[in-house]
Amino acid sequence: MTNHWVDIKNADIVLIMGGNAAEAHPCGFKWVTEAKAHNKARLIVVDPRFTRSASVADVYAPIRTGTDIVFLGGVINYLLANDKIQRDYVINYTDYTFVVREDFAFRDGLYSGYNADKHTYDKSSWEYETGADGFVTTDPSLAHPRCVYQLMKLHYARYTPEMVERVCGTPKEKFLQICEMMASTATPTRAMTMMYALGWTQHSVGTQMIRTAAMVQLLLGNIGIAGGGMNALRGHSNIQGLTDLGLMSNLLTGYMTLPSENEQSYSDYIGARAFKPMRPNQLSYWQNYEKFFVSFMKAWWGDAATADNHWGYDYLPKLDKVYDMLQFFELMNQGKVNGFICQGFNPLAAAPNKGKLNASLARLKFLIVMDPLATETSEFWRNFGAHNDVDPKQIQTEVFRLPTSCFAEEYGALTNSSRWLQWHWKGADPPGEARSDLEIMAGIFMRMRALYQAEGGAYPDPIVKLSWPYAQPHSPSAEELAQEYSGKALKDLTDPKDLTKVTRKAGEQLAGFAELRADGSTASGCWIFCGAWGPTGNLMARRDNADPTGIGETLNWAFAWPANRRVLYNRASCDLRGKPYNPERQLIAWNGSAWGGADVPDFKADEDPAHGMGPFIMNPEGVARFFGRQNLAEGPFPEHYEPFETPLAANPLSPTQPLALNNPAARVFPEDRKAFGKPGDFPHAATTYRLTEHFHYWTKHVRLNSIIQPEQFVEIGAALAKELGIVSGDQVKVSSNRGHIQAVAVVTKRLRALQVEGKTLHHVGVPIHWGFKGVARPGYLANTLTPFVGDGNSQTPEFKSFLVKVEKV
Amino acid sequence: MALQSLDIARRSATTTPEPQVRQSYTGTVAKLIDTSKCIGCKACQVACMEWNDLRDDIGTNVGSYDNPPDLTDRSWTVMRFTEYENPKGDLEWLIRKDGCMHCADPGCLKACPSPGAIVQYANGIVDFHEENCIGCGYCVTGCPFDVPRISKRDKKAYKCTLCSDRVAVGLEPACIKACPTGALVFGTKEDMQQHAAERVADLKSRGFEQAGLYDPSGVGGTHVMYVLHHADRPQLYAGLAADPHISTFVRLWKGKTKPLALVVMGLTALAGFFHFVRVGPNEVDERDEAAARQALESAQPRRPPPGAGAAERRP
Repeated sequence: MTNHWVDIKNADIVLIMGGNAAEAHPCGFKWVTEAKAHNKARLIVVDPRFTRSASVADVYAPIRTGTDIVFLGGVINYLLANDKIQRDYVINYTDYTFVVREDFAFRDGLYSGYNADKHTYDKSSWEYETGADGFVTTDPSLAHPRCVYQLMKLHYARYTPEMVERVCGTPKEKFLQICEMMASTATPTRAMTMMYALGWTQHSVGTQMIRTAAMVQLLLGNIGIAGGGMNALRGHSNIQGLTDLGLMSNLLTGYMTLPSENEQSYSDYIGARAFKPMRPNQLSYWQNYEKFFVSFMKAWWGDAATADNHWGYDYLPKLDKVYDMLQFFELMNQGKVNGFICQGFNPLAAAPNKGKLNASLARLKFLIVMDPLATETSEFWRNFGAHNDVDPKQIQTEVFRLPTSCFAEEYGALTNSSRWLQWHWKGADPPGEARSDLEIMAGIFMRMRALYQAEGGAYPDPIVKLSWPYAQPHSPSAEELAQEYSGKALKDLTDPKDLTKVTRKAGEQLAGFAELRADGSTASGCWIFCGAWGPTGNLMARRDNADPTGIGETLNWAFAWPANRRVLYNRASCDLRGKPYNPERQLIAWNGSAWGGADVPDFKADEDPAHGMGPFIMNPEGVARFFGRQNLAEGPFPEHYEPFETPLAANPLSPTQPLALNNPAARVFPEDRKAFGKPGDFPHAATTYRLTEHFHYWTKHVRLNSIIQPEQFVEIGAALAKELGIVSGDQVKVSSNRGHIQAVAVVTKRLRALQVEGKTLHHVGVPIHWGFKGVARPGYLANTLTPFVGDGNSQTPEFKSFLVKVEKV
Repeated sequence: MALQSLDIARRSATTTPEPQVRQSYTGTVAKLIDTSKCIGCKACQVACMEWNDLRDDIGTNVGSYDNPPDLTDRSWTVMRFTEYENPKGDLEWLIRKDGCMHCADPGCLKACPSPGAIVQYANGIVDFHEENCIGCGYCVTGCPFDVPRISKRDKKAYKCTLCSDRVAVGLEPACIKACPTGALVFGTKEDMQQHAAERVADLKSRGFEQAGLYDPSGVGGTHVMYVLHHADRPQLYAGLAADPHISTFVRLWKGKTKPLALVVMGLTALAGFFHFVRVGPNEVDERDEAAARQALESAQPRRPPPGAGAAERRP
């Protein structure tokens, strides 16, 4: 989230799209009801299904799954065409006036530089034009035909209300009603928040959907203000912490990135990430990258990380490609993986195309499953009738199950969607032989290190030299790890202006990342967490909910990264002179000599606004981007592409270019492409989702959850049910080109038949929670149906849009 | 079962007076269910099962989100989902938490023939004391909301207690504690009525012109109330009674009939007394004895089961 859960109460308009907060985040959803009850907020829900969120919405609009860019692009077109933008904000705080390179082009759904054989782009033309002064050229008059405003206007002029109706199936009046409601927040005193989750991320164009939404928010001046923002609702209590701590295959902690194999030189690696300002007097905070990186390396390798060995740069793997979940299972399927440690993860259920997953796991020599529960993955080799029809005799994989403690049986910090690191205390001891994940991983490490120490190996240094300073090496404590990721001084730190003045003694915890240095004198395992365990102690354990200004800025509750800041980009809540746009909901203000207020300023604390520094200090531009430059795979402006399994024969926005039917920059493995189904065989659009009664594949092991949602079902619209002669309670078979499931039919008016490109299209809803382990009634894993393809950037699987056929059993 | 902090105001089938020393200075309590804030998450169902140590069967899906599909002896509250297309053509998904309404004038208590099996506390809560329940099912007949369920295990009646045990010690009912959106609130009936008025005003500002509070007078008002978007049509919410009343049968039996019967009994006794004074005691001769013996013999095959003679318990 750019903002945080409590802040939703400040919204005037709440848009839930690409998510179903009432269903999947019922506790956080209370802030939507707060906004409605006490701020007269109006709730808009856009979803293929009339959801639990829709049941309490003021306006609901249906949309065909996978077409959100058309809808949101239509909103951009509406706002620009009707001049419903927050002009002052847009002109000063975005790249609206920036001029783009002359060789940049977009035609028939493809950007300049496309390589059709490799499904990739040469992105060199996707850049601003640079002037003689070395800075980006701008045109404040907006007349330049290649300024971002003109290009964007041209790009989205094609996204008319009629196009929205044709492609999304959303009735035009509903769409325009929603546009009008959103546009009401273009004034400085009204705010709209956007809440989304997997309904946007789990598409082959998911990242671009989110970008389109962010562009809408920028046009309306809704980023950086109370009650606004782009608010990703994370699906698991610590999934925010997972990405923060770099548990993606291409990440280091704090959103630093691993080097690629052509970055063998340390200085090249740093240079490519420490962005220089693109406009005069901009902060470009990533210029400090080396301070974060060196401090990270000192935290991991301690004294072994020295200036001479570039802080242990050679210890880091250099990626030849991204090893995301899909890539890894593809390699496993090719027989290129021997062993797999599966920690708190049930991929047989959680990755797409169960058939492929079964086959892949069967090619492993060994599989280690660390989990509190007996997961499907840990018994992939066992025959469970139709629900897992495998022959154990044909599977040689040796499976080890290591029981772990459950979240309530351990203590430490969890990071929620609000970016709050909240310390929690354990409620009970784990049962039986269960041990914490920490203890198990430490045990594996200790044994591996002993082997490397005894036997050597090709390159034992990264393991043997890893810093392991814990009091009980086989069981590091949460306190020790928290102090490590927060960070400390390794030597006495002195004031650069007065070297006799010691600002931090050696060994002391640091107060924040501003203290980090690139000379090896500081260590911090995760720079964005720096200060969470500061010189005064564990700030994550704070529980003071005092809210002096009444807008939910509880600065003494837990610790929010970065720097305990609650609303990111909050400098943008003030005008050029530093005066809050909305005096009723002030986050920060300039008092003539410093920035301060209800929140921690996201800005240089003493920077006079008269000097023109932009509010988006992490961007080298100093402003927010409409033109995404080279940051994403598909192009600088989000463009609609159909899901990989689409009911349409052509992309209505570029009907003559077959390469632009689906995401042209997505990575698709050849065998998986063959496994895509065609609308002739599979005429119905399907989508998978969660139910409030269950959590993923865990709670089917829990009796209470199973009582309130006992058995697998699929949802079918009343019109389709009538066509197929299905009534509620019937057994139905749902097939994709990869397999089938059988479940009870719930016939509902909440799934409406949509008119798409002149044809009637039915959606089929497939809740995911059932499987062949647990106390709920056994069922099929829903991912039996889903296609093995991910988003072009994040590689998050396309679970939300695929094709099926429904039959009565 | 009764606690000192939980004075009983009424007991089924009992005539001994209730304690009257302590006064309720804060009035009666009420639970307010705001259907316009409810997202049907069923946290209340789980909290109810956890607090009351109930575990219903893991059932089946019967083609809807209603699970378990009905109230049972072990499911004292369930969510009922209704899809409704309004006159504008827009869909509404009306979700109602069903369970005991805790009527001010409880039909179950009136109908109950077992002394002390059903009580009403001074705070308004209507509670079943199962140790006194004889399983006759009259409470089921007496309830205008079809709430009590007779258990197949012990043949006793069960329903929501409004967590009388929690309320007695100053806690809110478990469902209220669990509700994530504030759709369930609990307090004095007066406060709940005020809160409901604010909610109704908000709903009217959103185009629900018929929004209102459901607190039906036919049962003297209830200690579980609903905020409804369509208060003019409660039936839309999975058949919520539009104008609930205690059934005529129960009303007659415990209403007009009972005092009437008492009067008849009194008159009979009085007539007997005067008969004795004026005519003297009944003398039994041989003819009478023979007739009585004959009548007894012919009646024997149809003799009622033992215990059925307790006239005050069976009409």
